[in-house]
Amino acid sequence: MSTGTTKLDVVVSDVAPVNDLVTRFHFRRRDGELLPTFSGGAHVVVEMRDGDRTRLNPYSLMGSPLNTSEYTISVRRDDVGRGGSLFMHRSVKPGLEMVISYPVNLFSLDLRARKHLMLAGGIGITPFMAQTAQLAGSGGNFELHYTCRTASLGTYADILQQRYDRRVKLYHDDRDERIDLDRLLSTQPLGTHLYVCGPAGMINWVRDRAAALGWPSETVHFEHFAAPQPGAPFDVALAVSGKTIRVGSQQSLLEAIEAAGVDPPYLCRGGVCGQCETNVISADGKFIHNDHWLSEEDHRSGCKIMPCVSRFEGKSLVLER
Amino acid sequence: MAAKTIISRPVYGTLSPQPGKHHLFVADAEGALAIIDMAGKAPAGFFDGAEIVFIPGPDGKHIGALEALKPAQLHIAPSFASLLPRLRQTLTNAHMGLRLYLSGTEGLIGQAMQVALEAGIDHTSMQTEHRGSLARRMQCVHCKGITENVTTQPATCAHCGLLLLVRDHYSRRLAAFQGVCINAEDRSEVPPMEEVFR
Ligand code: FES
Repeated sequence: MSTGTTKLDVVVSDVAPVNDLVTRFHFRRRDGELLPTFSGGAHVVVEMRDGDRTRLNPYSLMGSPLNTSEYTISVRRDDVGRGGSLFMHRSVKPGLEMVISYPVNLFSLDLRARKHLMLAGGIGITPFMAQTAQLAGSGGNFELHYTCRTASLGTYADILQQRYDRRVKLYHDDRDERIDLDRLLSTQPLGTHLYVCGPAGMINWVRDRAAALGWPSETVHFEHFAAPQPGAPFDVALAVSGKTIRVGSQQSLLEAIEAAGVDPPYLCRGGVCGQCETNVISADGKFIHNDHWLSEEDHRSGCKIMPCVSRFEGKSLVLER
Repeated sequence: MAAKTIISRPVYGTLSPQPGKHHLFVADAEGALAIIDMAGKAPAGFFDGAEIVFIPGPDGKHIGALEALKPAQLHIAPSFASLLPRLRQTLTNAHMGLRLYLSGTEGLIGQAMQVALEAGIDHTSMQTEHRGSLARRMQCVHCKGITENVTTQPATCAHCGLLLLVRDHYSRRLAAFQGVCINAEDRSEVPPMEEVFR
């Protein structure tokens, strides 16, 4: 059982194409009740039953937190990914009954901030859809900078500009428009908090510049949806449950553990929340740590692993699970 | 020293140079020594973008040592009250990236922190180091008056005259410790007064 993520029985109430890559999905509760309240930046984990395979992918809630009659998410199609987004695009139709987790927020607004400066890249816009709606509803001060490849791939850019006008600034890669990041960061009033969601390269760039320019780390928030990386298959023994399992090349260690009938905790499935942390009992081989949770020292020690994103190459691996 | 069981009791650290270009120091008395010690660990050119606001106190010590750091600005003030408008002004005009360093007595750290909190800096983002006197700024919970430089336990409220137990409960909003009447039941009971916050 994933910690804190009780399940919700929902039905797909609408599926709307947004552009060439992105589709939006609406969920309502099967019993017709309101969905649980959430705050801007929250995500849900969507269970996808694809034949005998169950995929669990996290997606940010993008609707207004003021409206809990439905949840909406936007999924960017990834043709070379592990298949979750393709399943959503191809097989999820209005009327389909699905199971999603309760919302979890690992990217919440710090409401003590005087101003919220938001930086989005590509599909990283989705948590900001909810956050801006939340702030606009309470008169909050925000500014959103959004980079996209082309105008037609600027998902919801038109809606955002309509809603918030000059508080939204767009940058298009194909027109060579770049955020003047140092200037932007150096001209913010005291009490500003920074939020960034987008590709890993963008997050790293923004965090590095903010740190170098004297932004205290408590004022810099980021959301990282790292999909588990594929790799060579490997075998794992689970000491407590007494099972030996094989992790397929397109499967994450966490998914393989779940497929074996063990119910480990998780929240983010992206290597940032710390919930899935597992002790290594013994190992002969090399860890491929892809998480952002464990310290470098933990990584070197080989005593812990985050099964949602990390892999292993070698002769044998025994985990405590 | 500080009672760990009372979580409102402020915990101070050791000043350390933070990344960034703009650094604002506010210090009194021996707080200057915290800045000077930190300077030993600071990268070259660190003080080119630093402003130091210093309240030397009656003996006027440490001014020369601060000058020797060659900060972009050094401002000497006779009291905290006298530098308050300037500090407010500096913080109002400041941008993200300004780092704040507070060192010296608890009264100075607390009051400067109060101004900085109003300006939008989170208290966890400030560097603090306690140096010098342990004298406390105390609020009487009965008349709400604030008494500065309290060194005794119990202490007399300078406003209403009640005899107060100086508690470790600290209010960040008021930048003061709470003083509670120690002999409310029987005023003739007067416990001995000891100097404990020197
Ligand atoms: S589930 Fe969050 S770190 Fe693995």
